[in-house]
Amino acid sequence: MRVDIKKETAIASGQQSAAGPVEATQLDRLDALESQSIFILREAFARLKRIAILWSLGKDSNVMIWLARKAFFGRVPCPAMHVDTGKKFPEMYAFRDRYAKEWQLDLLVEPCPPIDAIDPTLPPAARSAARKTEGLKLALAKHGFDGLVAGIRRDEEATRAKERVFSPRGAEGLWDVHDQPPEFWNHFNASPPPGAHLRVHPILHWTESDIWAYTKREGIPIIPLYLARDGKRYRSLGDADITFPVESNAGTIDEIIAELAATRIPERAGRAMDHESEDAFERLRKAGYL
Amino acid sequence: MNVQISRQLHPVSPAGARALVRIVIVGHVDHGKSTLIGRLLHEVEGLPDGKLDALKAVSARRGMPFEWSFLLDALQTERDQGITIDTSQIWLRTPARDIVLIDAPGHAEFLRNMITGAAQADAAVLLVDATEGVRDQTRRHGYLLHLLGVRQVMVVINKMDRVAFDAGKFREIETEIAAQLAGLGLTPSAIIPISARNGDGVARHTSSTAWYRGPTVLAALDAFVPARPPHDLATRLPVQAVYKFDDRRIIAGRVASGRIRVGDDVLIMPAGKPACIKSIEAWPERETSQTPRVAIAGQSVGITLDRDIFVERGDVVCASTSPAASARRLRARVFWLHQRPLAVGGHITVRIGTAESTAVVAAIEEAVDPGLLASDGAEVIAQNHVGEIELALSRPIAIDPYTADPNTGRIVLEFEGRIAGGGLILTAQAAALDTTSGPRPGKVASTARASRTGVNSDELRAKASALAQVFASLSPAERIAHLRREVAGKIVFTTSFGLEDQVILHLLSERTDDIAVVTLDTGRLFPETYALWAQTERRYGVRIRALHPRHGDLETLVERDGINGFYDSRAARLACCTVRKVEPLERALAGARGWIAGLRAEQSAHRQDMALVTAEAERGLIKLNPLFDWTREELLAFVSSNDLPVNSLHAQGFASIGCAPCTRAIAPDEPERAGRWWWEEESKKECGLHSHRP
Repeated sequence: MRVDIKKETAIASGQQSAAGPVEATQLDRLDALESQSIFILREAFARLKRIAILWSLGKDSNVMIWLARKAFFGRVPCPAMHVDTGKKFPEMYAFRDRYAKEWQLDLLVEPCPPIDAIDPTLPPAARSAARKTEGLKLALAKHGFDGLVAGIRRDEEATRAKERVFSPRGAEGLWDVHDQPPEFWNHFNASPPPGAHLRVHPILHWTESDIWAYTKREGIPIIPLYLARDGKRYRSLGDADITFPVESNAGTIDEIIAELAATRIPERAGRAMDHESEDAFERLRKAGYL
Repeated sequence: MNVQISRQLHPVSPAGARALVRIVIVGHVDHGKSTLIGRLLHEVEGLPDGKLDALKAVSARRGMPFEWSFLLDALQTERDQGITIDTSQIWLRTPARDIVLIDAPGHAEFLRNMITGAAQADAAVLLVDATEGVRDQTRRHGYLLHLLGVRQVMVVINKMDRVAFDAGKFREIETEIAAQLAGLGLTPSAIIPISARNGDGVARHTSSTAWYRGPTVLAALDAFVPARPPHDLATRLPVQAVYKFDDRRIIAGRVASGRIRVGDDVLIMPAGKPACIKSIEAWPERETSQTPRVAIAGQSVGITLDRDIFVERGDVVCASTSPAASARRLRARVFWLHQRPLAVGGHITVRIGTAESTAVVAAIEEAVDPGLLASDGAEVIAQNHVGEIELALSRPIAIDPYTADPNTGRIVLEFEGRIAGGGLILTAQAAALDTTSGPRPGKVASTARASRTGVNSDELRAKASALAQVFASLSPAERIAHLRREVAGKIVFTTSFGLEDQVILHLLSERTDDIAVVTLDTGRLFPETYALWAQTERRYGVRIRALHPRHGDLETLVERDGINGFYDSRAARLACCTVRKVEPLERALAGARGWIAGLRAEQSAHRQDMALVTAEAERGLIKLNPLFDWTREELLAFVSSNDLPVNSLHAQGFASIGCAPCTRAIAPDEPERAGRWWWEEESKKECGLHSHRP
């Protein structure tokens, strides 16, 4: 299951490159992304009372967990929460159970309510995806988190591109997109009003290609569904019934990176709930979806 | 859903190797920012499959002609109202690099969102509508780019099709906007006539603008470079947290400026505690030979120190030779975003680096609406306006002015738990840094002496004034270096082996250039001072030139007033000072163009009128007190961390040490110079070396 990466790849990078005989004067692109993410994770841990990292098991949240291990020197100091729709691919569950143990994560698995409990005016796939939002709200109430760390990225989708790094959510988990607070110079709004919580987005500034380049450099394990088999692979993983593979022959991470440099297919093309109507995803996100 | 890969057409370059530049598009509402972004994406074929058709459908559904801006204006309200509400970002790839385009709303109402977008940018495109010219939001955005520290700017004059590509109209706007930006210290890299809707001037020139000779928008974008964290400035590591997950006590943070090396001597500010970097911690753990030894600006790290001292979030690990100031008062130029105006007496929370403090607004000056260039007059800064404020902090914070470090010299203002403003730190401890380079009351500049030295006193004052601006934000070592660069001719440092003098001598010992070190031997110094003199010469391997009183003058003085006549009257005391110190000083400074001394503002009531840098018109030189704004705590921290030799009398309660008959020890609660000429009135306690007698 673990993608085999030569050990040297991970070592010949990061802080190591700065320690060579000629001292570097600037960080390379991945080092700069990594340092920014670590800074954000540490800010979240320092300024909020009780946070959890949302672990969706996909490539992005695995990078996020990895960054948290770097930020806190090997030990993730808060729970890793998997809000489980119960409809993930079997490979995802196998991955979760293996690496929760291997990475010594404080794993929380929280269930989602059945589809009948969800707003019936939503288009079918969006309605299905909205189960996760409701599961999230239940988990928030149960554990009293004031911050949820989520692995969304600006380049994924147009409303995510408008996100803040520390993004306040109302008491019902609602995202008030018309009144987002100012955020600049790595100073974040970390005082959610009572009953509200913050979404913290440490990899908001990464691109899909960055995720893969970093996954390869660091030797981070991935779910093999991302790699092409029989001419198809998954670019984004969600519920098995509303997530579809794209045509691809990329069987290695290098081939994925090459494919991304050439493709004009959006990353979330295989995620049905994004495309049912013009505003389907905005509605989902305003209601508290990731 | 067929993914085509053609390696011939797209040579693989790993994402990690490509440079990334973040560029914000700003300007007045409706001048075409989102349209330009849509057009740029179309030109570089950066639109995902199906996106163009989707946008056409969205436009048609609203009964509108095709609208590029819907690409970024993703929110329903934005599309319905045809305006950008919040900032957005989109990626595009040119052959050379990756570009993140940041769309910023033009409405005044959404200025907070414009700032959120623009603050992330390395460079900016300021868009102006050819039919409307420079508008209030154009000016406001220009001003904010200046406050946000975005230095690379190009201007695009859009909608040229609507003015029939009239070159005259273009020149008119070009002149106005260039003048506008010049006033903010910004020089645009290009000013480009375009039609974003039709594409003229975006990726290629068309015959419509045949009269224009400059670059296209794409070419000008490709000329922008990423802004890098300042690795060549003095080291600053704002502490985010201290972790004790195992037996290590790791100080976590991100290097803001400079670099951290294992073995470096550092000062933890604002307390000024010295320490040495023991290790740089990293995960995954590596072989000992592979553990990191250095971390550079921009890098998130963990460090351990060689000693067990209390360090907490908000502290700043600083280069020991050039620490941040510890301040409880500061001046800043800020923008204010909250609907309730910022007023004198108002309570806010201040964030600088990772430090946080409540603060009271002590003064507000020059509040203006940068869009209308109209003054607010009253002592308030209204929403979306800018101004200069003085803040009294409730606890000391490590502070750099932005001219010293554009990265750490920033301040964020929070009101009612939400970020409400921000800006640039102009000075810390404003009172101490106030420069008085002009003539002081009671001091008449002698034109005769000025002309004797061949130096024009007005020029000298202008120079001192210019230097004062620069020096305010520099470290003592940098001030000395800058003085050496700026002053041609002899520079003299006068030492009496006080704590300040020992620090300056130490800084000079690290330099190779020619600054003369001189001491004035009055003949009445303490035995301990002579011992320190000899010890200092041994430590630095130098002979310090001594000037003694002229023997004839001394013999006359002693004959007239007696050997201890200085106790009898102030006139006798000053006469003694003149013969034993001031006259020898004049010889020491003869022909010098620069003078370095160790005065500090907090030393005595009178000395607060002195300044960091002054024009000494009578002597025809510039005088620098490089430690002028240091507190006694900072001074002691430096002395101790560098293990400087000091006068053994300090340990016996002597603070400021001069001649033996005229210096006594002080009680712990007395001011530093209380032990000098203690029988005289506080405000008159100068020997005439550093002040002119009234």
